[in-house]
Amino acid sequence: MSVTSVDKDYENLTVTLIADFDVPIDQVWELWSDPRKLERWWGPPGYPATVETHDFAPDGQVKYLMTGPEGDTHHGVWRVTAVDPPTSLEFTDAFAETDGTPIADMPVSTIRVRIVDREGGTRMEVCATFESREEMDTWVGTGSVEGLQEAVGQIDALLVQG
Amino acid sequence: MFVDCLGAMAFDELFRALADPTRRDILRRCAASEPSVSRLAQAYPMSFAAVQKHVAVLERAGLVTKERRGREQLVQTDRGAVDRARRALDELESTWRGRVDRMSDLLR
Repeated sequence: MSVTSVDKDYENLTVTLIADFDVPIDQVWELWSDPRKLERWWGPPGYPATVETHDFAPDGQVKYLMTGPEGDTHHGVWRVTAVDPPTSLEFTDAFAETDGTPIADMPVSTIRVRIVDREGGTRMEVCATFESREEMDTWVGTGSVEGLQEAVGQIDALLVQG
Repeated sequence: MFVDCLGAMAFDELFRALADPTRRDILRRCAASEPSVSRLAQAYPMSFAAVQKHVAVLERAGLVTKERRGREQLVQTDRGAVDRARRALDELESTWRGRVDRMSDLLR
């Protein structure tokens, strides 16, 4: 058990975990940066993950699928927002269609990872929070932009009726 | 997984509703008492219409209920819905605890 502390903020819907490992920082970073290692811990028991795309660059994507006991598959995609090896990583994780398009109306979470040297080992802090749909509409593409314009148009119409 | 127990649609509305600080503040006030929309509106530096809109978002997400009393609309926080959000956070915690445990096993 290496989780050192967990802090849950119900107000901001954020979970912060701190874990300490007895290995050098690079080994902890590789758990994230090496797709073969990532797929060994990402999926819950019974739902092993397969990482299909792994682009650790700003705006890069990590596409994965998890295979359930019945052969059912669950796709997901990260959008990397910031990456600075081997100390920090930020991304948004969403449920996706088989082609990696985020599914509308499914929960999205934002994850911030900080990794630091500490007393001969490594400390990792993971901060996970739920994201509002509005936040991530920006990366779904033109459909949402149109939706937004439509909404703005409706507001204008209301003001005219005022 | 956690989505199954909540229903995806409800989940999204719930978190969209909770993502705004004013709406979270409205939830707090309406848990402590049952103010009218106009009383609520006096508490914020924004128009009545804007506050009414926040209340509508919360209502759609099932976080508050409105009850008409005379000429007033009283707003009350639905504890059950707030609990659902808390449980979702608990699920997120256990997801990450599991992940960190598996990472730890890999590093051994």
